[in-house]
Amino acid sequence: MAAGPASPGGQPRTQRPHLSKMERMVVSMQDPDQGVKLRSQRLLVTVIPHAVTGEAPQEVGRRGCRPASASPNPRVCSAGNEVVEWLIQKYSIQEEEALHLGNLLVQHGYLYPLRDPRRLVLRPDETPYRFQTPYFWTSTLWPAAELDYAIYLAKKHIRRQGALVDYEKEQYDQLHTKISHTWDLVVMQAREQLRAAKQRRKGDRLVIACQERTYWLVNRPPPGVPSVLEQGPERGSCSARGMQMTKSFDFYRQEVACLRKALGRARVKSSVCLEAYFRFSSQRLPHDPIMTGCLPSNPWVTDDDAYWALNAPSVAVPTRLRVEQWALSFRELLEDPMGRAHFMGFLGTEFSAENLSFWEACEELRHGGQAQVPALLDAVYQQFLAPGAARWVNIDSRTTEQMLAGLGRPHRHVLDDAQLHIYMLMKKDSYPRFLKSDLYKDLLAEAVVPPETKRRVFPFTRKPRRSSPGPALLPASTSREPAGGDGEA
Amino acid sequence: MATDGLHENETLASLKSEAESLKGKLEEERAKLHDVELHQVAERVEALGQFVMKTRRTLKGHGNKVLCMDWCKDKRRIVSSSQDGKVIVWDSFTTNKEHAVTMPCTWVMACAYAPSGCAIACGGLDNKCSVYPLTFDKNENMAAKKKSVAMHTNYLSACSFTNSDMQGCDKKAMVWDMRSGQCIQAFETHESDINSVRYYPSGDAFASGSDDATCRLYDLRADREVAIYSKESIIFGASSVDFSLSGRLLFAGYNDYTINVWDVLKGSRVSILFGHENRVSTLRVSPDGTAFCSGSWDHTLRVWA
Repeated sequence: MAAGPASPGGQPRTQRPHLSKMERMVVSMQDPDQGVKLRSQRLLVTVIPHAVTGEAPQEVGRRGCRPASASPNPRVCSAGNEVVEWLIQKYSIQEEEALHLGNLLVQHGYLYPLRDPRRLVLRPDETPYRFQTPYFWTSTLWPAAELDYAIYLAKKHIRRQGALVDYEKEQYDQLHTKISHTWDLVVMQAREQLRAAKQRRKGDRLVIACQERTYWLVNRPPPGVPSVLEQGPERGSCSARGMQMTKSFDFYRQEVACLRKALGRARVKSSVCLEAYFRFSSQRLPHDPIMTGCLPSNPWVTDDDAYWALNAPSVAVPTRLRVEQWALSFRELLEDPMGRAHFMGFLGTEFSAENLSFWEACEELRHGGQAQVPALLDAVYQQFLAPGAARWVNIDSRTTEQMLAGLGRPHRHVLDDAQLHIYMLMKKDSYPRFLKSDLYKDLLAEAVVPPETKRRVFPFTRKPRRSSPGPALLPASTSREPAGGDGEA
Repeated sequence: MATDGLHENETLASLKSEAESLKGKLEEERAKLHDVELHQVAERVEALGQFVMKTRRTLKGHGNKVLCMDWCKDKRRIVSSSQDGKVIVWDSFTTNKEHAVTMPCTWVMACAYAPSGCAIACGGLDNKCSVYPLTFDKNENMAAKKKSVAMHTNYLSACSFTNSDMQGCDKKAMVWDMRSGQCIQAFETHESDINSVRYYPSGDAFASGSDDATCRLYDLRADREVAIYSKESIIFGASSVDFSLSGRLLFAGYNDYTINVWDVLKGSRVSILFGHENRVSTLRVSPDGTAFCSGSWDHTLRVWA
């Protein structure tokens, strides 16, 4: 099998960094001092030697080259549970994650089991595993060539009739039909490889056969086993094309312009920005159900949707948390239809409701259908902006001029600046007054605080679970059993 | 012709070096205001306790890889799209399927719920965005403008362009002004393709997930990367990311079938969630933050809480 150049459409190793990382992982697993514990393994009557890592294969001729034989080594393979243990220690992870990670290594063919070798699965027991030789690593021989697969199947077929499993027989027949014109070459190569293999020691021969089989299990998985090599649709990025794209003149000109602009940008000190995260997160903590739970309970956990009913857009009395959220930011007040309605009521008492109505009309313009834009724009202009308009809003003269100029060519963003102006006006002026108003204070006082849902206690099961206290805030050293043991649909 | 080519090459080389030197200057400017690291500031914040989240609902019904999903504003409906061209609308609380639409193309890679809840939009390899009103079963394709972005005082939007013909490499995260079509900011610290970006809830930052197995946080005001979320044992790419409502947690779905939960402020991993049997391709937190949903190549979606 030749390690030839990747055919077009295949992705080179750099595009699949997880493969390189897995390879580094298995190399460190085989370190004589720090690696996984090894042991010798008697398989049948022959002691299978340990596969050597990192040796580059010697290419001989075209196809028909074989990897150099492994030098015998009494320490030969690792038990599944040793692999898991090593991963736990090395990466400071729990057993479940180590088993999952080890499984990925086996699924990708970097380790293979000596028992039940057709199933690439990591068993956390005494099952012996050996490391795949780098020659057969997924990234080395990528993509797997159809011709090579044909030769592999032919070899099996020649060596022993009935050695091919069902799906392999199918593949074999399909290939035979597809590349029948080169079939002579296939058979010739197969025979040549078998002949060369006979000249090796039986131990080596067995090892190489295992390695090759694992390679094909990864690259041509049996039916029902998902292919780990599937990548999804090819990306249009420059690096996926396999060669360096010559960047055009325009590209660099644009890049320089963009960089110049970026240099002129005003920046804020990191300490200020990071401080903002803490303020924001701690302020929002009570409003984050995943962090702190929600009352009466999280519907997904208890299958009770009372929480949604209590927080419906048009419920009679809002919950306290909801009213409190209106004080967190102007945006959040407006986003809640109930909050917005109350704010509109407040603006009415100050005779400035047209500001919010104008803002809402602009929102409709921005998000509405393209066909409605000219008519809507005209309606908004007539109602809010024209001299003597019924609900005239106060925009500064500069914004007004720009807007009037833009009205000649109606599009959905013509009123953006005017809308922003009114938004900021409300935010800086009306909004703080709203929060201090009796209207808002009354809303807070009358708001509902739903009681926690107490689950019915079943005497024969575990202790009653507190309704979703928030998975993130269980005490670190909990002596009782973990919460949320049921509720799985 | 030959002389023209030579002239072009000269200016090309000088432009290229100008770009390089500008990039260097930009990094210098960014570094000047970087007076503290996130983990230093995070020292005074309490660590999160033991974290328990489980699959609460499993949505089965797609016949192939789930590629994208979105929540409806009603906090329980979900639209999802898959490789076989099917788009399904679910009431994920009851796990009932409410609508199903077959797109004319495969690999329906994006789908979204209209804010009104009355329509869904989806698009795929046909390079079209089709909108389907949800009152009818079979619909005409209506070409529609892409949904406008969330209200932000600067009208910015962060998108990832994985099939970009804007010659940027995919390791770059770019921030665009929707009105002018200009790139306002660009960040190039990832080592591989970026698969997903999502705003931090305050809008002042965004997170990205990449094939280099890390997620990163970029602050728009500081104009720099401020955190990297990575672990040696995580070696597969992150395909999708989203924040919890307070922004304290970052959920990231990975190509190794797992979901990792990160403490955004401390930079540490809080939990790893198993369950999917193939790569996680899409992940969104619900609008009211009570749960998040993940879609996977194992044909299912899971709601976690």
